[in-house]
Amino acid sequence: MECVFGMVGKGFALVVADSSAVNSILVHKSNEDKIMVLDSHKLMGASGEAGDRAQFTEYVQKNVALYQYRNGIPLTTKAAANFMRGELATALRKNPYMVNIVLAGYDRETGPSLYFIDYIATLHKVDKAAFGYGSYFALSMMDHHYHPNMTVDEALKLADQCIDEIRSRLVVAPQNFVIKIVDQDGAREHSWRRTTKD
Amino acid sequence: MARYDRAITVFSPDGHLFQVEYALEAVRKGNAAVGVRGTDTIVLGVEKKSTVKLQDSRSVRKIVSLDDHIALACAGLKADARVLINRARIECQSHRLTVEDPVTVEYITRYIAGLQQKYTQSGGVRPFGLSTLIVGFDPYTGVPSLYQTDPSGTFSAWKANATGRNSNSMREFLEKNYKETSGQETIKLAIRALLEVVESGGKNIEVAVMTKEGLRQLDEAEIDAIVAEIEAEKAAAEAAKKAPAKET
Repeated sequence: MECVFGMVGKGFALVVADSSAVNSILVHKSNEDKIMVLDSHKLMGASGEAGDRAQFTEYVQKNVALYQYRNGIPLTTKAAANFMRGELATALRKNPYMVNIVLAGYDRETGPSLYFIDYIATLHKVDKAAFGYGSYFALSMMDHHYHPNMTVDEALKLADQCIDEIRSRLVVAPQNFVIKIVDQDGAREHSWRRTTKD
Repeated sequence: MARYDRAITVFSPDGHLFQVEYALEAVRKGNAAVGVRGTDTIVLGVEKKSTVKLQDSRSVRKIVSLDDHIALACAGLKADARVLINRARIECQSHRLTVEDPVTVEYITRYIAGLQQKYTQSGGVRPFGLSTLIVGFDPYTGVPSLYQTDPSGTFSAWKANATGRNSNSMREFLEKNYKETSGQETIKLAIRALLEVVESGGKNIEVAVMTKEGLRQLDEAEIDAIVAEIEAEKAAAEAAKKAPAKET
């Protein structure tokens, strides 16, 4: 019942993820951070098999850092997205990574961008994206309320509406959510939405 | 003797590995490089040949970052350096991936030296023709370190060292003048050592300063300013030496 979603606003991109770590009927923890800060201006929200999630996201993060040391400049968001897709595609017919990713980034030349990357290496550049059972509710809310060039407040209001919908309509809804934002000042944690203490 | 310097794997009768010694010769012909360790700063300085006017100097960075907290300067074959630096950068990230910790300076030095040693004991390959100066702060204790490796694969830690062209003169200068310094004083000491063998001026030296915050490359104007300070101090010292003699 994991849920990750994101959207692009005016000069920023937002990624929201639930923070539950579940095994069958047991909730291991409800403050698991599933949105990795890939580098100074990229966020990667990942959902799926926990082991694959950690393995894949850490692998991508180290390779993105290596690129920067080798070449003196960071990867663009588009390049990072394509790198991830390539890795997922290569592993797909041998040892697939069961991870779905929403990649948000800010590039100086092109501004904010959002990429939808699913576990069978689909790559789409989008304005709004969502994964998991929660996506049925989040995408519907975003389809109705999203408009281009939203301000941060408008986007947060929309994110909250999505979270409320998930909480009220999903049978085993995740309890807590984390919201992270990336803009020209960098990628950072924005806030949490909690119903239970950690 | 000539019969024992073809294949690297062959010892000469008097216990020399000639290929390794020839590699050290290549290092001695490379540009001068100096490293000085202070209490809160470590400085790397490298000689820059200013004869190439049409070259875009930004594409020839002689002091490179291996990770956020580790930097490397080298003397010798620059093409070999590229290969070694690439392997070291991969190892820095690989270490972070497998143990979730940044490398210590000693670890990455041991890795680079190990790589250099491997190529002195394999068939059909030649050693890397470079010596490296590796600096950094331990990510946990914050202790600064300076290490040197050479083509034979040996490494050790130093308070200050030099390699490349005229390294003996620089090392002699450092042995005479080294003392525990910090901040700007460390930078000045490194540049003074370099100026012993290099033509004076900001465009002939590349200097980078490693602090806990990271690596900072000094730009030409900054280096010129420090060089001017050093020359002024030298002139003042000369004048002070002459003045007492006049009194008698």
